[in-house]
Amino acid sequence: MKTDKGPATFGHKHLLGIEQLAAEDITLIMETADSFKEISTRTIKKVPALRGKTVINLFYEPSTRTRTSFEIAEKRLSADSINIAVSTSAVVKGESLKDTVKTLMAMQPDIIVMRHQNGGAPHFLTQIVDASVINAGDGIHEHPTQALLDLFTIIEKKQAVKGLVVTIAGDIAHSRVARSNILCLAKMGATVRVAGPPTMIPAGIQKMGARVFHRFEEACQDADVVMMLRLQTERQAEGLFSTLREYNRLWGLSARMLRYAKKDAIVMHPGPMNRGVEIDPEIADGSRSVILDQVENGIAVRMAVLYLLSGGTGDITE
Amino acid sequence: MLVIRGGRVLDPAGGTDRVQNILVDKGKVVRTISPRTQIPREFRGADEIDASGRLVVPGLIDIHVHLREPGHEYKETIATGCAAAAAGGITAVVCMPNTEPPNDNASVTEFMIQKARAHGGVIVHPAGAISAGQKGETLAEMGDMKAAGAVAFTDDGRPVMNAGLMRCALEYAGGLGMPIISHCEDLALKGRGQMNEGANSTRFGLRPIPPQVEEIMVARDIALCELTGARLHLAHVSAEASLRHIRAAKKRRIRVTAETAPHYLWLDDGAVANYDTNTKVNPPLRSQSDVEALRRALRDGTIDAIATDHAPHSPVEKEVEFEVASPGMIGLETSLGLVLRLVNENVITLKRAIALMTSGPARAMGLPGGTLSPGADANVTIIDLDREWTVDPASFASKSRNTPFAGWQLRGRAAATVVRGKVVYRDGI
Repeated sequence: MKTDKGPATFGHKHLLGIEQLAAEDITLIMETADSFKEISTRTIKKVPALRGKTVINLFYEPSTRTRTSFEIAEKRLSADSINIAVSTSAVVKGESLKDTVKTLMAMQPDIIVMRHQNGGAPHFLTQIVDASVINAGDGIHEHPTQALLDLFTIIEKKQAVKGLVVTIAGDIAHSRVARSNILCLAKMGATVRVAGPPTMIPAGIQKMGARVFHRFEEACQDADVVMMLRLQTERQAEGLFSTLREYNRLWGLSARMLRYAKKDAIVMHPGPMNRGVEIDPEIADGSRSVILDQVENGIAVRMAVLYLLSGGTGDITE
Repeated sequence: MLVIRGGRVLDPAGGTDRVQNILVDKGKVVRTISPRTQIPREFRGADEIDASGRLVVPGLIDIHVHLREPGHEYKETIATGCAAAAAGGITAVVCMPNTEPPNDNASVTEFMIQKARAHGGVIVHPAGAISAGQKGETLAEMGDMKAAGAVAFTDDGRPVMNAGLMRCALEYAGGLGMPIISHCEDLALKGRGQMNEGANSTRFGLRPIPPQVEEIMVARDIALCELTGARLHLAHVSAEASLRHIRAAKKRRIRVTAETAPHYLWLDDGAVANYDTNTKVNPPLRSQSDVEALRRALRDGTIDAIATDHAPHSPVEKEVEFEVASPGMIGLETSLGLVLRLVNENVITLKRAIALMTSGPARAMGLPGGTLSPGADANVTIIDLDREWTVDPASFASKSRNTPFAGWQLRGRAAATVVRGKVVYRDGI
């Protein structure tokens, strides 16, 4: 995307998923986020980049960290942001997404950040609104800003991502975090492994660029990054796993399991964690864990995405 | 009296394929005669249709249609559905019982037939429900519905999950000489599935439906068909895996017939890419290898009929998130064009295509028609094979617009539709 004429611009109106992004787009987001991360260390953490812009955070699913992270990012960019949560909106009265959004459009938002329980809902949204749409997680489909903040964290800790071995473990089939991360890491040249019981590995995941492992020990062997996914305990009733006890023994990240990975391997988790299920507390809080860095970096990465979608360039110095 | 003059008459069941004049009186075919033979005196002055340069075939029969009346008239009515059928060259339809109330008793069956008669267009053959309220618990009054004019029984849209009840339904309907139509989906295996299982479902993040959801029920119902000796018709077959069971069953002379729909012959699960809710259908669009297998099955006779599963939905059901959308697409006005495209692309012969839309479905449902033999009802479709047209949902006679084929360029469409000697649709002829 770089041109001779000046700073790079982002050629997308929406961020629906990693699927639509090229490696250069992702690099531009990383570079921009780097600059914003510096701002977060200042005493006054605010820049006027989105002054006068309205951002609506439309959350159809409960979310603490993603919504808060977006909200802080918007405020630090001086945008006017509004939160609409499903429980406090007309949605509970059975209003359709289309009607809800048409009502919101009367408020002239520039960007809508949406979390929705159905895959493809943000794509549908782009057909009915003029605003930019940011997918903050759609069903089991994608969660692009999570993958971008994960990438940012990996680069921060490992300097580069190309050639790294990243193991993603857990319920790949029902994880939007896994899908976005596989696409993102593969595009950036990492070797991506996915691991989990066969009930949690979706058909054709190899086509997205991941290699499948059914033994966690093998999947962790010489890995540079081990990324754990949250286990939704309701999957037990669907027959996807037997008991939490056995799941932890086979698929939980313990000190024993982590020994298969490289000595300097980092541990990631998108949160919220089930301590003692997919990750042992000593690992979650241990020296290899970068889980809190992920949260912190989420703000800078989301600032970068908001900024670039508003027409900002890679150069944020003003 | 009516004379259909100078068309190429292709009647696969009657073994005809040559230019003929068709003489019609009192709603019946009197006979077909050579164009060199003089028109008999009694037909002089009769109405005439000049079909020269056109193809004349037995009236097309679509044995899987949702007319939505009673109960969902905002999606379709018997009148608008019949008008859509006529515009698609279809002279008779079998309409499904999942109305509101469902067609699970003779008074609903009678209502449907009377509404269709009042409209005066294409012939409507209701399929009654297998179970009371389509609940899958107790048998519906099949005998009464047969007496009122039902031609088959099905809980279409709601698979009969209880194999014991399905056995009884086959036996009971078999005793009445009636076929059971099975909507083959194992709901437990389907779960919350939204689209065909494969790399695309993983990529689009939509819960998967493996083809075995269909295959298991096809195998089960073939086994029950063999057990009972009744007649079984398999609705909207979509999966290659199902075809293997059907082929084997036919080889063993089990009384099973099968249909597929044009969308399974033209679209694969990649069509779901933009979350277009018009591509959401039960069973789901499958893989390209399923599409190829279904096309082979048209040729080798494993599939007996092409039926649309015309399923009208309004924007209320379709302008929503993919997972929220109701499944189904309309098909009455695109079916012939899409089947002729298979002919244009040498997938099947013209004769086979017409058989799949006339004699094949007639035989599967035990309906009259499907031929132009003397004495048959004068249901005739006249086709302009060279007519090029673009699918434009805004111009449909159907009340609904939910088709994934909008914008498709097709060659060949109905020029006239004749039902019992009466012209019910005419376009450029």
